[in-house]
Amino acid sequence: MNRSYFDHNATTPVSPEVLEAMLPVMTEVYGNASSIHYFGQAARKKLDRARREVAAMLGVHVAGAKGADEIVFTSGGTESDNLALFGIARGGHAITTTIEHPAVLAACGQLASVTQVPVDARGLVDPEAIRRALTPATKIVSVMHANNETGVIQPITEIARIVREAGITMHSDGVQAAGKIPVNVRELRVDLYSISGHKFYAPKGVGALFVRKGTRLAPMMHGGHHEHDRRAGTENVSSAVALGRAAQWVIEEGPAEWARQQALRDRLEQSIVDRVPGVHVNGAGAPRTPNTSNIRFDGIDAEPLVIALDLKGFAVSSGSACSSGAAEPSHVLIAMGMTKEQARSSVRFSLGRSNTMEQVDALIDAVVECVVHVRKMAPAYA
Amino acid sequence: MHEDFEATSPGGPIAVAMSGGVDSSVVAGLLHRQGQQVIGLTMQLWNQRRLPELAVDGPTGRCCSIDDVYDARHVAQHLGIPYYVVNFEQRFEAQVVKPFIDEYLAGRTPIPCTLCNNFIKFDQFLEMAEGAGADRIATGHYARIAWNSGSGRWEMWRSVDRAKDQTYFLFGLTQAQLARTMFPLGGLEKPAVRELARELGIPTAEKPDSQEICFVPNGDYAAFIDSYFREQGISPANTRGELVTTDGRVAGEHAGVHHFTIGQRRGIGVAAGEPLYVIATEPATRRVIIGRKDALLRSSMRVHGVNWISIAPPAGPIRAEIKIRNKHAAAASSILPSSDSASVEITFDEPQRAVTPGQGAVFYSGDLVLGGGWIE
Repeated sequence: MNRSYFDHNATTPVSPEVLEAMLPVMTEVYGNASSIHYFGQAARKKLDRARREVAAMLGVHVAGAKGADEIVFTSGGTESDNLALFGIARGGHAITTTIEHPAVLAACGQLASVTQVPVDARGLVDPEAIRRALTPATKIVSVMHANNETGVIQPITEIARIVREAGITMHSDGVQAAGKIPVNVRELRVDLYSISGHKFYAPKGVGALFVRKGTRLAPMMHGGHHEHDRRAGTENVSSAVALGRAAQWVIEEGPAEWARQQALRDRLEQSIVDRVPGVHVNGAGAPRTPNTSNIRFDGIDAEPLVIALDLKGFAVSSGSACSSGAAEPSHVLIAMGMTKEQARSSVRFSLGRSNTMEQVDALIDAVVECVVHVRKMAPAYA
Repeated sequence: MHEDFEATSPGGPIAVAMSGGVDSSVVAGLLHRQGQQVIGLTMQLWNQRRLPELAVDGPTGRCCSIDDVYDARHVAQHLGIPYYVVNFEQRFEAQVVKPFIDEYLAGRTPIPCTLCNNFIKFDQFLEMAEGAGADRIATGHYARIAWNSGSGRWEMWRSVDRAKDQTYFLFGLTQAQLARTMFPLGGLEKPAVRELARELGIPTAEKPDSQEICFVPNGDYAAFIDSYFREQGISPANTRGELVTTDGRVAGEHAGVHHFTIGQRRGIGVAAGEPLYVIATEPATRRVIIGRKDALLRSSMRVHGVNWISIAPPAGPIRAEIKIRNKHAAAASSILPSSDSASVEITFDEPQRAVTPGQGAVFYSGDLVLGGGWIE
């Protein structure tokens, strides 16, 4: 069976250039980056270069300017989010939104108190609502840059301006933005910004947290003096190199590839809307990442649809997985005002580098066929 | 019997409802070995993080615990079949758990497994499996399905392994559902199923059978009901009242009618010279009637919600053997249809003990399942 992958917001494959960059590091440049000898220095050189590449992708290290030491390598998005929240706000009050990833929501739940600001029907946070939520006890505001399920992009610059004027630390979970849209943390005016390698063609298990110079961040991991005392543990040099190479690709090839993916995404969306009755694009009224489409099919349950598509060779997703692996209605869609049933009838398509026009056209046909079939089996659809 | 129960014509994909237990694992393994295109589906029915005060330590063998999902996934990986966990939590709560609670509070004794079969497994699960692309579903139930070309009906027969027979819980299946359902274990004895599990290399071959109502830990349904109400922020159902003897004497107080089932002997808390049993519960007056064993005998009952399986609805009286609970030895009876086609009047040849409202009454002719309904 020909299989095609339309779930790039879940994870991406490691790209050939990333694999090529990281593989020799494991076997040849294996020194401990903290060692003083030749082997250690060789590893340090790789690590420093990777740090500069990641910094460059985030707009903090251009043409020899300082800024690379504002990048802390981590094990991924969840660790970056946890480090930001616990590093700033342990025992304090945090403000976040109703649509965050569990890495932020669950970590906020461990702080002294948390305010969740709602979103509108398009999935957008109102910066003024953030302002109204600020209290004297607020230590951090954490708002995701782009949403994993809808792709909706939040007005981070406006929010960060309000938050920083109030003297409060601003964090943004950029896991679904980095590698999909241009990111410049200086323009965004954030203090902290999380990214995850496996969302943009680096392997699982590596990520980074941008920590603006001057931000007082307490470490979560205690040990050696790695990462400027912000994240103890022997540096994972090969993975950092992978993240750096993935970042370099984003700088060089990203914009052209994003335009290509957006054209495919729009074709997918438009064709489904044209050919299937009772279809809605969730978050359509807001700016979105170019690869993501979240579509609601009236009157059906997305679970059999996702399974039917998988059995035909198309990997898509619905909702988020609970511990058993069953899909739960998306808290993001419910936060946008949908009923549980509407949330349950929504499917996420997320495109990536491997997707071709032929794959998209085949997917469109399969979706049309499967939706008709599922609706026929579920007499609830009138 | 004139049909081969194990006949499986090759066709489209078959969705196997995999609970993580040995029986449904063997079903998946058997069909896969026959060359059928098998899809493994596990229903997530109940969130085990709920009602934490009921949590029991150690392995419980309950069907909706997360360990069972892991077991089912492990089996699917072993067989190399596509496998999915599907979320039926909301539907299970609405169609099984809430009615289960309502029935107890109304003084009846519900059978959640039958509700689950009628409203989840052979209804919405079948629908989902078909939506996903399956032609039929297969389960690990011990029962047999056969097509009778003479009557033009799908028939249901008791399983070859009499001790494992589950037809009592399957009386709600319609002709349309039977046409799309397979019970591949109906012709096998349980030891043979275990042997097959080993032969197929199924990693859970030695797992013990589950016995309880899957969402009720330790079978303590009254504690479950109380916890559920607490979770929902509803004050615990106050169904306290009097224990009254069959001759009208108040013999004491009880903690709530939902703690009692007709025929129950333990936990009555009244000392008497001879064993006392629950004869009836009266939710309206919150009275629980207790009495001697022979007061439990009934010579007739009314059954509603009748579904005829292997025969068309009869026009006049017919003879049948009737089971009034799962472990009951079917009693010779006469069934008299009423003007309401979904209700019948049953007369037992010999009075039967503990005819319990809310339980199923399933009609047999030998091994053939004629149909069944709910005891009023």
